[in-house]
Amino acid sequence: MQKQAIFQSKLLPYALVAPQLAIVLIFFYWPAAQAVIQSFLLQDAFGLSTSFVWVDNYLDLFREPAYFEAIVRTFFFSFAIAVSSLSLALLLAVMADKPLRGGTIYRTLLIWPYAVAPPVVGVLWIFMLHPSLGVLSRYLRAAGIDWNPLLDGNQAATLIILAAAWKQISYNFLFFLAGLQSIPRSVIEAAAIDGARPMRRFWTVTFPLLSPTIFFLLVVNIVYAFFDTFGIIDTMTRGGPGKSTETLVYKVYTDGLLGGNLGGSAAQSVILMGIVIVLTGIQFRFVERKVTY
Amino acid sequence: MALRPFAAAAAFAVTFGFAASPALAATEIQWWHAMTGANNDVIVKLANDFNASQSDYKVIPTYKGNYPDTMNAGIAAFRAGNAPHIMQVFEVGTATMMAATGAVKPVYKLMAETGEKFDPKAYLPAITGYYSTSKGEMLSFPFNSSSTVMWVNLDELKKANVEIPKTWPEVFDAAKKLHANGHPTCGFSNSWVTWVNLEQLSAWHNVPLSTKANGLDGFDTVLEFNGPLQVKHLEKLVELQKDKTYDYAGRTNTGEGRFTSGECPLYLTSSAFFGNVKAQAKFNFTAVPMPYYPDVKGAPQNSIIGGASLWVMGGKSAEEYKGVAKFLAFLSDTDRQVYIHKASGYLPITKAAYEKAKAEGFYKDQPYLETPLLELTNKEPTENSRGLRLGNMVQLRDVWSEEIEQALAGKKTAKQALDAAVERGNQMLRQFEKTAVK
Repeated sequence: MQKQAIFQSKLLPYALVAPQLAIVLIFFYWPAAQAVIQSFLLQDAFGLSTSFVWVDNYLDLFREPAYFEAIVRTFFFSFAIAVSSLSLALLLAVMADKPLRGGTIYRTLLIWPYAVAPPVVGVLWIFMLHPSLGVLSRYLRAAGIDWNPLLDGNQAATLIILAAAWKQISYNFLFFLAGLQSIPRSVIEAAAIDGARPMRRFWTVTFPLLSPTIFFLLVVNIVYAFFDTFGIIDTMTRGGPGKSTETLVYKVYTDGLLGGNLGGSAAQSVILMGIVIVLTGIQFRFVERKVTY
Repeated sequence: MALRPFAAAAAFAVTFGFAASPALAATEIQWWHAMTGANNDVIVKLANDFNASQSDYKVIPTYKGNYPDTMNAGIAAFRAGNAPHIMQVFEVGTATMMAATGAVKPVYKLMAETGEKFDPKAYLPAITGYYSTSKGEMLSFPFNSSSTVMWVNLDELKKANVEIPKTWPEVFDAAKKLHANGHPTCGFSNSWVTWVNLEQLSAWHNVPLSTKANGLDGFDTVLEFNGPLQVKHLEKLVELQKDKTYDYAGRTNTGEGRFTSGECPLYLTSSAFFGNVKAQAKFNFTAVPMPYYPDVKGAPQNSIIGGASLWVMGGKSAEEYKGVAKFLAFLSDTDRQVYIHKASGYLPITKAAYEKAKAEGFYKDQPYLETPLLELTNKEPTENSRGLRLGNMVQLRDVWSEEIEQALAGKKTAKQALDAAVERGNQMLRQFEKTAVK
C-alpha cells in the first residue's frame, strides 16, 4: 500500500521543500564548496597572501606518513567505538525490555548520558582515570596495573574508546528499545510455544527483525565516531601521547587552527568528506541488502 | 553584540555629526583578551580606570577564551574585516603575528605616528626583547610576562632532610631521596614539557634552540635542539621516569595540581602559577631559579619569558590609533605596573616599576615573586637567550611533545626522539616560511 500525495500546483512541493533546501545549502553545500576551494590554495592565517597551488596540498598530505597512520587509526577507533557501544546498548535494551519493576527508572537512567556534551564526557572520564587525579586510577595501581595514559598510547586509546562508546550507548539504547517494543509479541510467543529457548528466540526472531535498526545505528555510529569524538579527544588527550589518539578530524583541527595551515587542513576535510560519503554509500549498497524491513 | 543604548547614542551622534558632549563622542577601543579569574578583574579595572581618566576614548575589554582561542578569534575577525583594536596574543603566537605585515600595526610605529610619549629604554630588555625586531623596534606591547621557576614544597624537603637543589644533578639526587621518602609516584615533575625542557633549558645554558638567534633574525631559521645538552637532559628524564622519580605531567599545565596537593615536592612551571599556589597549597613553599648543569660553561645564562603581549591590529583610523597609543602609555605608568605586578603575579615591564616594588619591600616577605625577574636579568641576553620566534609555535610544541612522550614511554631513545622532533619541526617551519608575507 503506497501512500502518494498528489499536488495540484507545480510550485507547491518546491515551496514546501524550500526551507529544508535552504538550510542544507547554507550549512552544508556552501561551506563544503569553500573547503574544496581552500584546499587548492596556499594562504597564511590572516588571508593576506594567497597563491593557487593546484593539488600541492593533497600531494603534501600523501607524502606524510602520519596522515596514513591517522586514517588507519580513525577506522580502528570507529570500528571499536561502534561495535562496543552497539553491542552493549543491545544487551541493555534487551534487559530493559523485560517487564521489570521500576523499568522506567532504569530506562531513564540509561538515556541520561546522551544529554552530556562530548567535552564534558571527556572531563568526567579524566576525573575517573587521570593518572594522578583519577579516582579509579588508584584502584588500578593497587591492582598492579601501571596506569598512565599520559605516556602509554594504548591506554590513552582505550580511554577514548571507552568514553566515546559510553556516550553513544544511550542513543543506541533508545533506538534498540523502540525497535524491540515494535516487535509483535505474538511472533515471540509462537517461537516460545515451539520450544525455542530465549537465546535461540533472540537470534532467530528478534535479531533479524531488529536489523533495520541495527543498520541505521551502524551508519550513525560510524559517522559519530568519525566526527563527534573531537570534543572528547580534545579534553582528554589532545591527540597524544605521541600521536596515538590523533584521528582524522582532530588532525584537521590541529593543522588548520593551531598550525595555521589552512590549505592542508581544507584538503584533509575534503578527503574526510569523501571517505564518509563512500562509507555511507557502501553501507547502503551492500549492507542494506542484508536488512529485512 | 547588541549595542548598548549609550553606545548606540554615541554612534548616532558621530554618524550625524551632532554637537554631542565629549562623553558621548568617545571613540571605542576593542580589547580582546584571554584572562580569567583574578586576572580578568585586573583587566576590567585597568579599562575602567583608563575610561575614567579621560573622556575621548573608551576601552572595552572582551574575554575570548583561552590563548589559542583568542588568537583564532582575532584572526577570523580580521579575515571578516572587523578585527579588534588590541589583541592579547601569547608569546608563541608572536611569529605568526609578526609575519602578518599589514594585519598588525607595530607598536613602535604607532607611538611615533601618534606622538605619544614612548621611551623604549624604560622597559626591561629581557621582556621587550622577545617582542622586538633585532634592531630593537618594539612590535607588540608586553602585557603579562612570566618565566619558568622551580616551585619547592619546603615542608616535604625538610621531612626528607633535603636541601633546596640548585643544579640538575642536585635535583636528581633530591628527587631520589624524596621518592624513597613518601613520594613514590613523583619526586619532581614539570608543566609545559617543551617550554621547560627544551626552550628554557637551551636559553638558560646559552645553547641555541634554532639558528638565526632562535628565529628572531629570520623565518629561515633551522632547529638545532638535538645537541648533547638537550639529549643528555632528556636521557636523564627517561631514566628517572622508569620508577617515577620523575613523572611526566602532560603537555600543558593540567598537572599543576600535583604540586599544590603535595604529590610532587619539586615542580617546574611558570611563575604565574603563584596565584594558585597561594590559594591552594597547605604547606610552606617557595620558588627558586631553574636548576642548571654546572659543567656547562657560563651557565646559568638568563631565562626567557612566557605569557602574552598586546598586538595592535592594522587598518584602523588615526583617531582610534591615538586612543590605543594613549592606553598603552597609560599601562606603562609606574604605579599601574606595580599594581598589575602585585595583583596578578605577572612581572612588571618597566625598570621603574621593578625598582619601586623593590623599594617598597614587596619582595622581603615574598622573595619567590622576584625569582623570575632575577632569572630574566641574570646576564645580558645573547643570541640564544633573547627569545624565540618560530612560526606555528603552538603546533611545533605539540610535535616536540609527541616525540618527548615517545622517549619517555620507551619507544625511542632520547636522541632519536629529539632528532625526529627537529626534523618534523623543520618541515613545519619551511611550510610557514612559504606562507609568511615577505
